[in-house]
Amino acid sequence: MMKTLSEKIARFGLALSLSVASATLVAGPVSAAEEAVHETPHYPLVHPTQEPWSFAGVFGKFDTAQLQRGYQVYKEVCSACHSMNLMSFRNLGQPGGPHFSEAQVKALAATFQVQDGPNDAGDMFERPARPSDRFPSPFPNPEAAAASNNGKAPPDLSLMGKARAVERGFPWFVLDIFTQYQEGGPDYIHGLLTGYREPPEGVTVGPGLHYNVGFGSGPAIAMAPPLSDGQITYADGTPETVDQYSRDVAAFLMWTAEPHLDARKRIGFQVIIFLIIFAGLLYFAKKKIWAKVAH
Amino acid sequence: MSGPSSYQPQNAFLKWFEARLPIGGLIHSSFIVFPNPRNLNYWWTFGGILAFMLVAQIVTGVVLVMHYTPHTSLAFSSVEGIMRDVNYGWLLRYLHANGASMFFIAVYVHIFRGLYYGSYKAPREVLWILGMIIFLLMMATGFMGYVLPWGQMSFWGATVITNLFSAIPIVGETIVTWLWGGFSVDNPTLNRFFSLHYLLPFMIAGVVVLHIWALHIPGSNNPTGVSVKSSQDTLPFHPYFTVKDALGLVVFLIVYMWFVFYLPNFMGHPDNYTPANPLVTPAHIVPEWYFLPFYAILRSIPDKLGGVIAMFGAIAVLFVVPWLDTSKVRSANFRPLYRQFFWILVIVSIGLGYLGSRPAEGGYVIASRILTVYYFFHFLVILPLLGLFEKPKPLPASITESVLGKGAANVTAGAPAAPQSK
Amino acid sequence: MTTAAPASEDYEGIILAENATAEPTRRDFLYIATGAVGAVGVAAAVWPFINQMNPDASALALASTEVDIGALQPGDSLTVKWRGKPVVVRNRTQKEIDDAKAASLSDLKDPVARNANLQLDAPATDANRAAAGKENWFVMVNVCTHLGCIPLGQSGEYNGWFCPCHGSVYDTAGRIRSGPAPENMAVPVYSFLSDTKIKIG
Repeated sequence: MMKTLSEKIARFGLALSLSVASATLVAGPVSAAEEAVHETPHYPLVHPTQEPWSFAGVFGKFDTAQLQRGYQVYKEVCSACHSMNLMSFRNLGQPGGPHFSEAQVKALAATFQVQDGPNDAGDMFERPARPSDRFPSPFPNPEAAAASNNGKAPPDLSLMGKARAVERGFPWFVLDIFTQYQEGGPDYIHGLLTGYREPPEGVTVGPGLHYNVGFGSGPAIAMAPPLSDGQITYADGTPETVDQYSRDVAAFLMWTAEPHLDARKRIGFQVIIFLIIFAGLLYFAKKKIWAKVAH
Repeated sequence: MSGPSSYQPQNAFLKWFEARLPIGGLIHSSFIVFPNPRNLNYWWTFGGILAFMLVAQIVTGVVLVMHYTPHTSLAFSSVEGIMRDVNYGWLLRYLHANGASMFFIAVYVHIFRGLYYGSYKAPREVLWILGMIIFLLMMATGFMGYVLPWGQMSFWGATVITNLFSAIPIVGETIVTWLWGGFSVDNPTLNRFFSLHYLLPFMIAGVVVLHIWALHIPGSNNPTGVSVKSSQDTLPFHPYFTVKDALGLVVFLIVYMWFVFYLPNFMGHPDNYTPANPLVTPAHIVPEWYFLPFYAILRSIPDKLGGVIAMFGAIAVLFVVPWLDTSKVRSANFRPLYRQFFWILVIVSIGLGYLGSRPAEGGYVIASRILTVYYFFHFLVILPLLGLFEKPKPLPASITESVLGKGAANVTAGAPAAPQSK
Repeated sequence: MTTAAPASEDYEGIILAENATAEPTRRDFLYIATGAVGAVGVAAAVWPFINQMNPDASALALASTEVDIGALQPGDSLTVKWRGKPVVVRNRTQKEIDDAKAASLSDLKDPVARNANLQLDAPATDANRAAAGKENWFVMVNVCTHLGCIPLGQSGEYNGWFCPCHGSVYDTAGRIRSGPAPENMAVPVYSFLSDTKIKIG
């Protein structure tokens, strides 16, 4: 009796799994066809290289000189089109950042005009920025930004270091937990800024677009190549190349995205060491308490 | 919660107080002398870890609210104000955001531990169902919390998940409009999600109290699955399990802090650092990782209503596990077949999670369908049948016997416990 | 067992009894050290939760305010917001100045100037309260030192300020003369950028 029941159930299970399999088969070709239509090449066309950032790793720290150069690139090139509206000038004097002196921050702020007001007559007026002011936007609103840039508003750069990254895929994303790789953002920015190429044979690029192998959303980007060798004069003798500019501005944008990174990694090290010691003590305390008990 | 208390107040004030509110005795009987099976392993420390995580999430959350503004025009920048200007704001936010992920890691370990050792079986069915209610509340809380920073993923996650309800026939659209408080996810939605995100953790805390109460009626299950038979089988909660739970918790904290300080954005998505834009959908919408297995099940069904039913069914089936499992033996340690199916289920669940993060195309869809079918097959077919046909290994007569080996139990059941054998 | 078994299920007591006989010091030290390290960890973890309530970086960096006082006639005053509080700038008449000067320090309830531009213990003479070298100009945080209400200008017994909440009376140099307020109203940090413009903060 039991035997037959089990056979019945087994047969039922087999039938069920067969019907499931056939359902999958029926569904299969449809989705395969869909795939052929929707299949897209993976962007960016060239995966960004992992750059040796000073702020990578457990003991990572921003390189002050690099952040100051990066700020120079932002100021002289990017700020013409890109806002950075989460940052204030005072941030430039922060420890763990470009760490300009107070007087330098004041002078740097004064090179920007910000809108203030209304004054007693009820009018808005322009004045030189103070350290407590946010970085002003180059355009009054996103619509104006889009109108001046071929219909695409240049994105705000405050969080670019964290708002862009190329997907890591298996197994890298698992390994990243142990290597604590968190520099996908700056790697992407560096890859993008150095990714402008002549389009290969047979590839046509739409009007107002520029072929870029580092761009994450398609083969071509609306932003014209912003950097060229020798464009910005560095005071400290650092090579004046597109690669170096890209590196410096990517580091700077990582800092604007994560201004407390230095403190985070420093405190983190102390916390982890503390917890390991505490865990060790608890381990021995637990061993002692359980020593006389079989378990 | 464990019968009459043996608590003796130490001084006159405590005696006076205890006579009026016997909370000292409650704590004493529940967390000091409460008898726990002596053979609990480290998988049992996750209950304590979860209690800690709930408190940690509430404390960091209450503090974050002091600086957060629930308005579409200010939510994103107020969160960035926390990250940039508030003293240690970056730490508090990363603790909270990663805390949610760690909370789910712990709860998944806790659930699978229950599945492995049969902790849902009689007389612990209500305990299990209360746990599932906590899990559901956690999912609702986690989802609404992810909406609050009002980034791209917040916005589009909210849009997609609320649209699930539009699959309900006839009243679906009305329900979705009601959820939104408008014709799309907008400021009213953000405000109500904020309100509920603040409320639900306290409801979780309430259900946790019931969960612990229900636990303390039969006491903890244990790796053998054999019920406690005599006081020899148990040890008092303090100091044995307080120290063991503390060690488990601190090791867990090392992992948690590793993420907070070194991988704070690993669990998040870069798109959520772009402010919400109702006119542009990100290329790949993915929910938080802890929803991915259910998300994969949702997408594997090529029908709107069917997908929603399958997704909720995947959770609903967990509620009835106590009645789907027909085996008399609790622990998988003594169920050779179930043990293998258990590990297949673990792999299938992880596989569904991975597939949920992939774009819904080609082979990924087929794989999701196969794993979805297997997921339900496990609970609806394998679990009931295994109990009928599986031949379990012989069970130990008692927990003490399993610890000390046969025959030893009556001689010396460990020095401290010896006085118990009267 | 070394001791008679207690009747109750008091495992802990047995363990402790054992501890007493077996190597007590090393064992106790381990428990104390573990507990102490745990306490240190909890204390350190509490600090961020306390410190987050302090003013944040944007509040600390709040802008100084520039005020145009060119149009202010003698006897008039204007109010600007600085750090969320009203700051009053008063162009005092000669009579008001004379009244303020006439008060001797012994008449004053609070003999300290409370002027952020001067030393902490500067006496509350009119010269120490008014703008240096421009005695008709008087700048003050217009917040009653009693419980934080905003006193009304050009009113009260001394024609200085009068607080409607609890009746504190201030003279034309903002010094408390009668009522429950304990201190003179505070003079903020400020400077003259030109004859008609001052910068507060």
